[in-house]
Amino acid sequence: MSARPLIDRSSDAVGTALRAIADATDLDALRAAERRIDDEFAAIKREIKSVDAADRSAVGQALGTAQAQARAAADARRGELEATAGAARLAGERLDLTAVGAEYRRGHLHPVTQVWRELEDIFCGLGYEVHGGPEVEDDWHNFEALNFPPGHPARAMQDTLYVNLGEPEQVLLRTHTSPVQIRLMESQPPPIYAVMPGRTFRRDTPDARHSPVFHQIECLVVDRGITMGDLMGTIEVFFRALFGDVEARFLPSFFPFTEPSAELGVSCPFCSRSGCRTCSHTGWIELGGCGMVDPNVFAAVGLDAEEWSGFAFGFGIDRIPLLRNEIDSLQTLLWDNDVRFLRQF
Amino acid sequence: MRAPLSWIRDFTPIEAPPSEIADALNQLGLEVDDVDAPGAEIHDVVAARIVQVVPHPDADKIRLADIEFGGGRALRVVCGAPNIAAGMVVPFAQVGAMLPGDFRITKRKIRGVVSEGMLCSSRELGLGDDHDGILVLPDDTELGADVRDVLGLHDVVFELSITPNRPDAMGIVGVARDLAAHFGLPFALPTAPAIELVDRIGDVSVVVDAPERCPRLVARVATVVMGESPAWMQQRLRLAGMRPISNVVDVTNYVMLERCRPLHAFDLDRLAGRGIVVRVATDGERMTTLDGVERTLDGGDLVICDGERSPQAIAGIMGGRDSEVDASTTKILLESAYFEPAGISRSSKRLGLRSEASARFERGVDPNGAAAGADRALELLAEVAGAVADPATIDRYPRPVARERVTVRSARVNAILGTDLTAAEVRGLVEPLGIETEGSDPFIAACPTDRPDLAREIDVIEEVARRVGLQHIRRTVASAPAGSVGRLSEAQRERRLVADVLVGAGFCEAMSMPLISPADLEHVGLTADATVEVANPLRAEESILRPSVRPGLLRAVAGNAARGEPDVALFELGTVFGPPRSGDLLPDERTMLGAVIAGTVRRAPREPDRAVHVGDAVDVVHALVAALRLADLAIEAVAVPGLHASRSARILVDGADIGAVGEVAPEVLARLDLVGPAATLELDVGALCAGRRRPNRFVPISSFPPVNFDLAFVVADDVAAAEIAATVRAAAGDLLERVELFDEFRSDALGPGRRSVAFALRCRAHDRTLTDTEIAPLRTAVIDAVVAAHDAILRG
Repeated sequence: MSARPLIDRSSDAVGTALRAIADATDLDALRAAERRIDDEFAAIKREIKSVDAADRSAVGQALGTAQAQARAAADARRGELEATAGAARLAGERLDLTAVGAEYRRGHLHPVTQVWRELEDIFCGLGYEVHGGPEVEDDWHNFEALNFPPGHPARAMQDTLYVNLGEPEQVLLRTHTSPVQIRLMESQPPPIYAVMPGRTFRRDTPDARHSPVFHQIECLVVDRGITMGDLMGTIEVFFRALFGDVEARFLPSFFPFTEPSAELGVSCPFCSRSGCRTCSHTGWIELGGCGMVDPNVFAAVGLDAEEWSGFAFGFGIDRIPLLRNEIDSLQTLLWDNDVRFLRQF
Repeated sequence: MRAPLSWIRDFTPIEAPPSEIADALNQLGLEVDDVDAPGAEIHDVVAARIVQVVPHPDADKIRLADIEFGGGRALRVVCGAPNIAAGMVVPFAQVGAMLPGDFRITKRKIRGVVSEGMLCSSRELGLGDDHDGILVLPDDTELGADVRDVLGLHDVVFELSITPNRPDAMGIVGVARDLAAHFGLPFALPTAPAIELVDRIGDVSVVVDAPERCPRLVARVATVVMGESPAWMQQRLRLAGMRPISNVVDVTNYVMLERCRPLHAFDLDRLAGRGIVVRVATDGERMTTLDGVERTLDGGDLVICDGERSPQAIAGIMGGRDSEVDASTTKILLESAYFEPAGISRSSKRLGLRSEASARFERGVDPNGAAAGADRALELLAEVAGAVADPATIDRYPRPVARERVTVRSARVNAILGTDLTAAEVRGLVEPLGIETEGSDPFIAACPTDRPDLAREIDVIEEVARRVGLQHIRRTVASAPAGSVGRLSEAQRERRLVADVLVGAGFCEAMSMPLISPADLEHVGLTADATVEVANPLRAEESILRPSVRPGLLRAVAGNAARGEPDVALFELGTVFGPPRSGDLLPDERTMLGAVIAGTVRRAPREPDRAVHVGDAVDVVHALVAALRLADLAIEAVAVPGLHASRSARILVDGADIGAVGEVAPEVLARLDLVGPAATLELDVGALCAGRRRPNRFVPISSFPPVNFDLAFVVADDVAAAEIAATVRAAAGDLLERVELFDEFRSDALGPGRRSVAFALRCRAHDRTLTDTEIAPLRTAVIDAVVAAHDAILRG
């Protein structure tokens, strides 16, 4: 037998196969078509032995080409059908990613804590340590060692809450964080570079600007050769770290435990000194007090004021989130614990 | 302190604009609260005379006033003030006039009668809070004159906030001296003429029984003609915030405001015994002060008595009614004293009575200004009250106060301020403040006695700083010395970690008041014994220091629920207070972590919502233990006050009780008006962080496969799952990688009081694949151990 009939049959089989593959609409139909094609090619292959020996290789070659062509077409079609099936399956698995129920409840640090940590971190960056002390203090640490002699009118600047311990008016809720200065100087020799955040108490009627309990941070530096220039420059560096591009302002004032003393203010970070509601249109925000450690304070803790000098400053922590986050009232910030407030920050 | 610019100019020729003066005052430490130009907001208010007052046809309390105001102009106005009478000269705001506060006067009908303008009180003119009635102007005021001219309202008033160390600046003279120094202007205070010292003035005597409380007392005698003070004096007093009373009283107030020199004028004819005695009061002694209030005195108060030792004034604070000058007075005894400041402060505080005089005496007035002050008053009284003063002066001043002499080193000035000043420059800066200097470097600074704040070198250095101007000192930065590291302590870092664990668990940080009431404790099922009491609470709700953060947190949960937010998770890290430990003076302060989770845990729509479970609070305990790597935690079921009796436990770390966890008791929930369950925990953070730790070392990870199997036991209800797990761990040994409780249930089939607990175990070796021959005996050993230890029955 000549090669021709089988060669023609192979090319017919390819034609049939390509049509069947193209017609297959799903993977099952494709698999059935492939089986029929394989059967036809197997049948052709069985008849090769009836072809003249000299022509067998030509038939074999034609058959191989036909099989490869069919297989390639089947593979391509399978890829298409698999992709379609996969897409259909995913389409059936649709979930609405906008379907959320209650708002996801992450936890929140209190806005005061957030600022508190930021303040600690800024001073740690300057190489300072963080210290604390008791919230209930004795008269010595809160007043006397800080150069508030008994009966001194400066004591009246700070309405004090006393507790029923010891002699009358001997034990009190600290009116400022300054007693931690005394405890620190009593317990460790200079040099001291420290900040002391903490809770403080005054006998105040609560309103939008006042709370009987509030938070302060105090800074104390004691070393050789510390100057008023150091005090002012350090505060300015600190303010810039906290508020950005601002200036510090110092106006002479009076505190029993520092001399010279000054009120410390910052140029309004919200209006760049052009005047806004936050700064009452003055361009400046008064934040706290500062000064050089009074020699009487050094004497109270047994340090030689000729050898050591130092500065201290302090201000209210609560004021910062009030200003920064435009919170309307100290009562909202503290003690209300309204989750509609706490979850905002 | 209100300082009118015109008054300052009596002592120094200052011409700078008010804004520049205000800046200077701030830089000098005399803080300007406000710059008040009272006349700036007043237009078209003129002096008018009331011709007649007639009743309003339809109202009892308001009347009609016919007024004339020059040039034959006359109108009728409606007025509600009770003090108007025909003949008075008063400020009249015409239709179209402006008053402070952008208040424009219009023609108005009041109860049917048209008012052609308004008569003004001092408050309506922006002159203080006195709203007693229409301001009465001097009789001789020209009708139709602008009230700004009549009242001196073209002036500028600096409202100053004076710090307690600067009594001198509570007088115009002190303010003027600082400004003169700042602007480099001359400053002049007329010197008092020499006085003739006597022991008695005629029959008038002075006895000081308490010289330590009254180191100086000057007395003068004068005849006076009582009346009103002249307009210029009334104007200045009003601008300074005081109400004119009579010429004699006004003069004493004027000298007080000008010189920080409070004075008292007694009606000499009402002083029994013709003299005064200064003595300490006796306990329970009574007197009626000028304000008509009867005061009960004690042995800490100083009184000025008449010659028969009956109290006529509380020294330095307020005069008495009995010897007050009034229209009938013809002869006065003028007293000018120096009282010891602390005593005045104590009495004023105890009596709750503060006056312009006490505010000055308690800061410390100039003892050496007493005679000059009296002299200034008599000079003014001669001018405004026709006074004729007896030239004789009684001066009880046994130990005259000298100027403080302070040694000042320029090197010290520069070391404190960071400046580079020579001694000559330092002297030049302080001399205009009235400080006399001797020598070069160091030099002696002899400080004026009206500056009690100047007694030490550092006090003079502060004056240098004020004079240099803080803004002119070069700013440098004090960083910690090289080699020292600024960082939080371990305890501080762990406190942050504790808060972060809670935030990670979805809790919001709360801050609740540390001052609470005993009722707050009882409300949440705690007892109020062993608490620290506030001695002088402002409110009963703030009468004790909290011994627990739980009341505050539960109050916060209840508050949120009442506001429509019942599903909350809150925590607080705060101090609690217990009575002092033996031998201590101060309370036992501890930092507590409290947390509450309440209501529903929201999961919908993906999963069903569920009610809060006590386990939500227990999970937090485990998260903390894991974060801190604590080695030994135990949760011991016990009824905790305020918590559900069989859903609460103590937390033990290394066997020590450090707090509690549990479900809030139903009766507490009911009292708080809470519907859903609430779980809470409270832990002593110091004790928690003091717990023994697991080493923070890497545990090698096995590359061999695990063997997993489950075991379920039936045990009695009160057998703790944690104890069974501990038995499992002990019996299984090192091959056990983990054991987890995965199922727990009760059923009728199990019988009452029993439950099933099922554990998943995973075993693994580091060096080989485990085989059944190894696992089978391990499994048996675990089962035997649990059965034996917990009276358990194996379910499968």
